[in-house]
Amino acid sequence: MATSAVSHSAAHGAIHVEKTGLWSWITTVDHKKIGILYGATAFTFFLIGGLEALLLRIQLGTAENTFLTPEAYNQLFTMHGTTMIFLAVMPLSAMFFNYLIPLMIGARDVAFPRLNAFSYWVFLFGGLFLNASFLFNAAPNAGWFGYANLTSKQYSPGLNIDFWVLGLQILGISSLAAAVNFFTTIINMRAKGMKLMRMPIFVWMSFITQVLLLLAFPVITVALILLTFDRVFGTHFYVPAGGGDPLLWQHLFWIFGHPEVYILILPAFGIVSEILPVFSRKPLFGYAAMVFSGIFIAFLGFGVWSHHMFATGMGPIADTVFSLSTMLIAIPTGVKIFNWIGTVAGGSLQMRTPMYFALGFIAMFIIGGLSGVMHASPPADLQQTDTYFVVAHFHYVMFGGSIFALTAGAYYWWPKMFGRMLNEGLGKAHFWLMLIGFNLTFFPMHFVGLHGMPRRVYTYPDGLGFELMNQIETAGSLLLGSSFLIFIYNVIRTSRRPADAPADPWNGATLEWALPSPPQEFNFAVEPEVHSRDPLWETKRERGGTLPEPARVSSAGIHLPNPSYWPLIAALSVLAFFVALLMFAHTGPWPMVAAGVMLFFSVCKWAFEPAG
Amino acid sequence: MSHATHALEHHTATGLDNRKVAIWTFIGSECLFFASLISTYLVYKGRDTSGPTPDEILQIPLVTFGTALLLFSSLFVVLALNGAQRGNRKAMLGWLAATIICGLFFIGMQVYEFQHFMHEGLKLQTNLFGATFYTLTGFHGTHVTIGVIWLITVFITALRGKLPPEKALNLEMAALYWHFVDVVWIVIFPVVYLMK
Repeated sequence: MATSAVSHSAAHGAIHVEKTGLWSWITTVDHKKIGILYGATAFTFFLIGGLEALLLRIQLGTAENTFLTPEAYNQLFTMHGTTMIFLAVMPLSAMFFNYLIPLMIGARDVAFPRLNAFSYWVFLFGGLFLNASFLFNAAPNAGWFGYANLTSKQYSPGLNIDFWVLGLQILGISSLAAAVNFFTTIINMRAKGMKLMRMPIFVWMSFITQVLLLLAFPVITVALILLTFDRVFGTHFYVPAGGGDPLLWQHLFWIFGHPEVYILILPAFGIVSEILPVFSRKPLFGYAAMVFSGIFIAFLGFGVWSHHMFATGMGPIADTVFSLSTMLIAIPTGVKIFNWIGTVAGGSLQMRTPMYFALGFIAMFIIGGLSGVMHASPPADLQQTDTYFVVAHFHYVMFGGSIFALTAGAYYWWPKMFGRMLNEGLGKAHFWLMLIGFNLTFFPMHFVGLHGMPRRVYTYPDGLGFELMNQIETAGSLLLGSSFLIFIYNVIRTSRRPADAPADPWNGATLEWALPSPPQEFNFAVEPEVHSRDPLWETKRERGGTLPEPARVSSAGIHLPNPSYWPLIAALSVLAFFVALLMFAHTGPWPMVAAGVMLFFSVCKWAFEPAG
Repeated sequence: MSHATHALEHHTATGLDNRKVAIWTFIGSECLFFASLISTYLVYKGRDTSGPTPDEILQIPLVTFGTALLLFSSLFVVLALNGAQRGNRKAMLGWLAATIICGLFFIGMQVYEFQHFMHEGLKLQTNLFGATFYTLTGFHGTHVTIGVIWLITVFITALRGKLPPEKALNLEMAALYWHFVDVVWIVIFPVVYLMK
């Protein structure tokens, strides 16, 4: 076990002092620092996306409101969706991938530390690029799904759609680079004895997520390339006037888009599956069933995309096939829910903040799952599509599912990441306010949706019976937003206290809890060896209960990868390339060529510099 | 790669080098990229109401020659890798040069073909065939170009004596990518040219 390594702790003077200045963050290749960068950046974007949502809710608070213009409303709902999916939930998951995967599998870092830094910088620049559109009053305004032919040059002549298309391409590069990295890390960097079926369930769900990323992102890359060609070079891929078919966009987009839904939720499944056993004092119920249901969900995820397109009139055969495949997904998802309940049932529950959020996740996700099965049926879907019923559904799975789980994870791993315990009372206040605010916001949407209130429309007329429900929703959204003020207050308050969190505050089962909080730069001084699925519980049992607090050890003799600024410069070149593409009509191809040369140069420098 | 990672590479969980797993992973992802482009080509095939259409314009002999070049280059790069692994510098450099020359000829063939089609009145914007054809073969050509640039950097490294047998993986990665680019062409060639 890892803990045996720390017994021969070095003299205090020899303990390596980790660098902390700004430059150390800019050149860092440490997966833990990169994880924290991902988390801080993504949380900032989460707040921006949340503010956008609050503006939308204020506009919808009363009938025929003029708080927002229709154009502003379009920009805000597009940016809200795009931000929450690509700049908040995905990178918040990436924070956990980064911070936890190497620790959980007993590795010193990811397989490619510099590629990891590159992924982060490209993500940051992609997010800034997308949001820079606000400065030009040209934020994307055609929805996060960007349906053709609304996105054609004819109907969207401004830069709005270009910002969206190119921003998503930048973020795609980041996601793909990270997916290659984490796939390799999980396949190849596992500690001795950690067979695939001994991996922590979070690592398993992350692994499946990487496969989805690898297979889904190339498809939207192509879809976006074709759209770029339509807009920049005047081709007719999605333009009916030239023989093109706007439905091609929908097919390509949803072949990406549906697996993307599982990219957003599978890491959340993993987080919750780590937390529930620890706070129930029982191993995860049905580990193998959890793994295989995750794989099955991912596999089916590629065969259901057209359930987003029932309203396009695909015909009875296609409708039936996609309806059945969609309903089939309820089976592995149900397996997961039963296993979570089975994990909790009969356990000696420790009702700490992470457990609150994890249990909240199960309840909210079930509601979202049930409404999902409803619109798997084409006749029902024809009533529900493009109404607030669908908005209610996907917020129950995305917020009630992903965000609840990510918040649970934040409370659970906070002491590991920062060496400080978040305040329990404030955490529980956060939970209750979030749960109540969330349900007040989204539950009434089921009703207004079934009553026919269309989504993506900036207002609604008086007298249709939508007013009261919308007022409740707006009030709920303000509560929901303020719940995160409690979280922020909790974080600030905690950061002013001494960093005295123990290594293993929750009596955890996985390897990261064997290390000091926060772990040292090199993670494990000696590579751990694993003999079971819950290695730390096993060690604790063997040694009769608790383990001594691990001491910090000298890093002498431990080889670490060198810091490097080339990932940052390569990421800047990628940004420059896409800015040049945005300005293509004005500047011609030469800036793009220059950015390409810069990218080639920085990749060469990167490849030939000594890594460690 | 660093000493630290080298030390780890000797006992990776699978026994494979990290970089080898990564390049295979990337190739797997690229398959979906070309699958999307090829599907788009097939979906729009025959939908044009005005020409030039594929059977009016595509010329098989020239492209067959290009295809043969690409196929041979795959063989050459295997021989180059064999040379690198056995420490046979002459074989490595010779076959690598042959691979690069084949790749360059293929790119030249494609540039000539594109120019010829432009002259015949098929532009990217002309019709769906123009859009799908140039996009599909153009992105393949871009991949060939990247492959050639990669092989040239490996060639220069080898020329400077910095590619000893224990570093043959640096060539193997480029070779795997090169094989993939060839395999994609083996799909594109019949789909676009033989099924016209």
